Amino acid sequence: MRIDEKEYTSSLNLGTWKRLFPFLRPFRKTFALIVAMNLLCAAIDIMMPLFQRTAIDSFILQNTTDGLWLFALVYGGTICLQTLFVIIFTRGSMRMEMNLGRDMKKACFVHLQGLSFSYYNTTPVGYILARVMSDTNRIAGLMAWSIVDLIWCTTYVLGVFVAMLFLNVKLALMVIVIVPIIALLTGFFQKRILFWNRRIRKQNSKITSAYNEGIMGAKTSKTLVIEDQNAKEFDEITEDMRRSGVRAARLNAVFIPLVLLLGAIASAVVVRRGGQMVLEQLVLLGTLSAFVSYATGIFEPIQQIARNLAEIFSIQPNIERVMDLLDEKPQIVDTPKVIEKYGTTLEPKRENWEPIRGDIEFRDVSFQYPDGNEEVLSHFNLTVPAGATVAIVGETGAGKSTLVNLACRFFEPTSGQILIDGKDYRERSQLWLHSSLGYVLQSPHLFTGTVMENIRYGRLDATDEEVMAAAKAVSADTVVEKLENGWQSDVGEGGDRLSTGEKQLISFARAVLANPRIFVLDEATSSIDTQTEQLIQNAIEYLLRDRTSFLIAHRLSTIRHADMILVVRDGKIIEQGKHEELLKKGGYYSTLYRKQFEEESSMSVLR
Amino acid sequence: MNNKIDSRSFGLIRRYLKGFYHLFVFALICSVCNTILNAMTPQIFRFAVDGVLGGDGSDLPAFAQKLLANPQIAGAPLKALTYAGVAVVLVAAFSGLCSYGFRMSTTKGSEGFVKALRDSLYAHIQKLPFSWHVGHQTGEIIQRCTSDVDVVRNFVTNQLIEVVRIVFLLAFSLSIMFSMNVKMALIAAAFIPVVLAYSGIFYAKISSRFRDADEAEGYLSSTVQENLTGVRVVRAFGRESFEIERFNEKNIRFSNLWIQLGKLLSLYWSLGDLITGLQIMTIISVGAFFAVNGELTLGEFLAFVSYNATLVWPVRGLGRILSEMSKAGVSIDRVAYILKAEEEKDPADAKTPPLDADIRFEDVTFCYEGAKPVLDHLSFTIPAGKTFAVLGGTGSGKSTMMHLLDRLYDLKEGEGKITVGGVDLREIRRDYLRQNIGLVLQEPFLFSRTIKENIGISRPGSGMDEIRRAAGIACVDDAIDTFTDGYDTVVGERGVTLSGGQKQRVAIARMLMQGAPVMIFDDSLSAVDAETDAKIRASLKERMGSATVILISHRITTLMQADEILVLEDGRLAQHGTHNDLIRQEGIYKTIYDIQMSSSDRELIGSAT
Repeated sequence: MRIDEKEYTSSLNLGTWKRLFPFLRPFRKTFALIVAMNLLCAAIDIMMPLFQRTAIDSFILQNTTDGLWLFALVYGGTICLQTLFVIIFTRGSMRMEMNLGRDMKKACFVHLQGLSFSYYNTTPVGYILARVMSDTNRIAGLMAWSIVDLIWCTTYVLGVFVAMLFLNVKLALMVIVIVPIIALLTGFFQKRILFWNRRIRKQNSKITSAYNEGIMGAKTSKTLVIEDQNAKEFDEITEDMRRSGVRAARLNAVFIPLVLLLGAIASAVVVRRGGQMVLEQLVLLGTLSAFVSYATGIFEPIQQIARNLAEIFSIQPNIERVMDLLDEKPQIVDTPKVIEKYGTTLEPKRENWEPIRGDIEFRDVSFQYPDGNEEVLSHFNLTVPAGATVAIVGETGAGKSTLVNLACRFFEPTSGQILIDGKDYRERSQLWLHSSLGYVLQSPHLFTGTVMENIRYGRLDATDEEVMAAAKAVSADTVVEKLENGWQSDVGEGGDRLSTGEKQLISFARAVLANPRIFVLDEATSSIDTQTEQLIQNAIEYLLRDRTSFLIAHRLSTIRHADMILVVRDGKIIEQGKHEELLKKGGYYSTLYRKQFEEESSMSVLR
Repeated sequence: MNNKIDSRSFGLIRRYLKGFYHLFVFALICSVCNTILNAMTPQIFRFAVDGVLGGDGSDLPAFAQKLLANPQIAGAPLKALTYAGVAVVLVAAFSGLCSYGFRMSTTKGSEGFVKALRDSLYAHIQKLPFSWHVGHQTGEIIQRCTSDVDVVRNFVTNQLIEVVRIVFLLAFSLSIMFSMNVKMALIAAAFIPVVLAYSGIFYAKISSRFRDADEAEGYLSSTVQENLTGVRVVRAFGRESFEIERFNEKNIRFSNLWIQLGKLLSLYWSLGDLITGLQIMTIISVGAFFAVNGELTLGEFLAFVSYNATLVWPVRGLGRILSEMSKAGVSIDRVAYILKAEEEKDPADAKTPPLDADIRFEDVTFCYEGAKPVLDHLSFTIPAGKTFAVLGGTGSGKSTMMHLLDRLYDLKEGEGKITVGGVDLREIRRDYLRQNIGLVLQEPFLFSRTIKENIGISRPGSGMDEIRRAAGIACVDDAIDTFTDGYDTVVGERGVTLSGGQKQRVAIARMLMQGAPVMIFDDSLSAVDAETDAKIRASLKERMGSATVILISHRITTLMQADEILVLEDGRLAQHGTHNDLIRQEGIYKTIYDIQMSSSDRELIGSAT
């Protein structure tokens, strides 16, 4: 498992950012609109203190109210205009954020549908989920808000500089001197604040998993009488968290007053020097007041620039993670020739598909898992005529699924060929084979939705009657009868409102509806009541009829009647033959058989 | 949904604030000082403008006039300006100190509060009876302990203080404004209820939309997750394009809900801006009018504009906070729900008798809440120092028996009793009892830490040789040595996955460290092969001679070694005796014995068909 995450570099890598362009392209008009609105807003924000200046210099100091109405009208009009710009900007940004996120999620999801099982086998679901959901959310949020905000802040700060220089060069220079100090200060603190915030996030997830373990392991903790000890250890984790919280707060508590103090120094300088200029009649009082406004108001945007920059830098690993997912190459691909004739998985050309009979032949097949370092099959030959049943037995973890994975083309042979109906299956499309496949897992997987929808998953265009008939064929209708809303009952997430046996029956019905030529049954469930077990046995018999089937480690009664039994140990096939032959041989199979026989019989006596 | 906070729930929460009150009081004082200091800056500018730059200073407060009259300053306007500048910086410095004090003490208080709350939630959950754990879902409890706790923290430590601060700021700024000019102050104040109502109503209205959008994200996320976990089913049925369609639908719904929400939010933000902007405009225009008419000095005008600016933003925040606070009640109740649950508690006079004595079940009947009886009038004795085996099918009640012995559940009146050396189990201190009964479960839980720590968990600080010895008896030391990190290998959620048999053996080693006089193996060798099973039992017998051992198993080879064997069927005693007794009786035991002990392949084929 790739539990350890790849370390991502923190230095700026433009190549990574460039890869976002294809996703951004559809939004270039929206983006241009947002930026334009922000520039207009910045311009108005810069103008705002000038209204105050006008109020003082043109009315109060002139001691006249002439034109005050016009002034109020222009002022009010400007505010309304700004409101309009803000509305357009925020709506645009929101639209861009969500649609960009939507597109990236879709690209990831579609790509995932083509990735091979070797990827899924080595990558935890949580890891993939985080890329599809949170990484894309962060990237989209950043592109739509932070970058735009950076543009606004920069424009505003520069605009204020220009306005101040325009009003009075000498006073302006005095204020601008303070800016680099603030920038340095912000850089210094921001780095540290980011560090502690990251640490707090980590500690937070540690607390959550401590709760998780404390609750999951409650029974064990009680039997070992370690409740107090657990609580003490938990105290240490929360104490770390408390300390980090205080550390992060201290940085903020020092940083923010410092910036405000610098702002105060700037306005003090303006009052002192500006006041002198007023006395010397070099500037008007209103101009001075506008200056004070500028000098105190410029510091927040400067901090904002630093925050945005830090945010933008911190998003790079998220982009890298998403791009890594999109770069992941599927192990199994159809050749262009095959695609031309049979279509892709998403756009199949069903009209060209040959009907499938179900003869399967392994011809000189060797195989090694992509993440393994040993050949688990070498020069293996096997012919399974259509309709035959192959049982694969062996201990848990012995590698019983390998053959099935190959037969279903979830993996392809390293060398040799697998032929279906006499033709190498690589000369047909993956979907061609998969559409004729029925697959029931030991822990059956259902999807959120109703029973009806879950069974219909086997054949999407099936009518309600067909779904019900399929369910009846494997007695899954007995499950439905017990449910409150019948066919329309919600099965819950992953089907967890049903028992394992019930899920199994539903998944059988799903397979029946698909009417597959090739059927795979992966390990029977062990903990179901006798009655359900009988139903499942009947269902299996029904499903095996006339189909090429693979049974992985199943009940003896089914195995015994298989046309062929393959015995797997340590990943290799060590015995092969019919039940009686193998028993007579007295090898590994007979040991396995006796063990399972004892277990099954004992359990049936105890029931 | 009930938005009122149950006062008892709040009382429960208030307990954790104890010890932090002084910090919050100090924070409030700092905050008030800061507000006053911030209010001084506009006055300084007013002083500079009216006293030095423009007016004659006749409207200034008495002390300022006195200051201006000071011979050092009178006639030296530049000096006055310098003083004003220094005053601005000094005020900012003091205000910075106050702000530091405010932030630090609120953080210390809130971090301390939330730590106390978290710790006591955790300890409390540890102490809650097992039946409570069975009745509640892990995810649900965790959510209460994390996100709900965050909401409570925010409410208690940020929002309450913020509301007090804003109310004070409003009162203070308004009173200064009223003292300067009543008419203008009235105009400024008239906006407050408008903004307050606007924010409050809007937030209350939009919260359901937030919930919808959050839910849509949840659906989307679980659609992806289901697709990923069910990838085999998707591929085997060739349902990739169907999955993409289903995903698209959820994805689009999620994005569109947020875009809709965004439209509302953007309207809210900008209309809020519009109202505040218009208010500022009104104050400036009307102020200019009054100043020209002589009702206001220029300095007063400037000060007024400044006060007004400090007023408008907090008012907008207040509306939001008030509507958010109303939601905190739900979270407080959800957290308090856990804290209110009753812990396991022993009476003060609970006994600690020696446990190396006979254990008697006397007419024990037991049923889980609302279910049919699992144990039905069960009576038998487990003799001290002997090996006692139990055979029974799924649901026959054997695990329940063990739960009762370890007091994970207690018998109620009229359900019979269990005694050790004549002492009723319910009179014995729970921790003492559990320390002296070693219980290994069929599906043991290992903590995500190293194997060494897992084995030694019941006796912190135990030495490596003791741990090795326990692992040796459990026949797991060889397996551990094959791991690259040996005993320091981390297992569980964040580490190596052990096989079922390895887990069971580590759990046995862990139990052995307890050195308990009573040991229970609840089908805990089921995943170990028969030979290892025998080896473990042999080494146990050799090294832990005098302990009472209770074995639950399906293996005849295991059962037959026991001094006594009990066969359970549907919670009733079906058979009881030694191996030799039982194989002479017709019954479950003999049937299973015959099945497991027959070895001829011919027989197997014959009897199975």
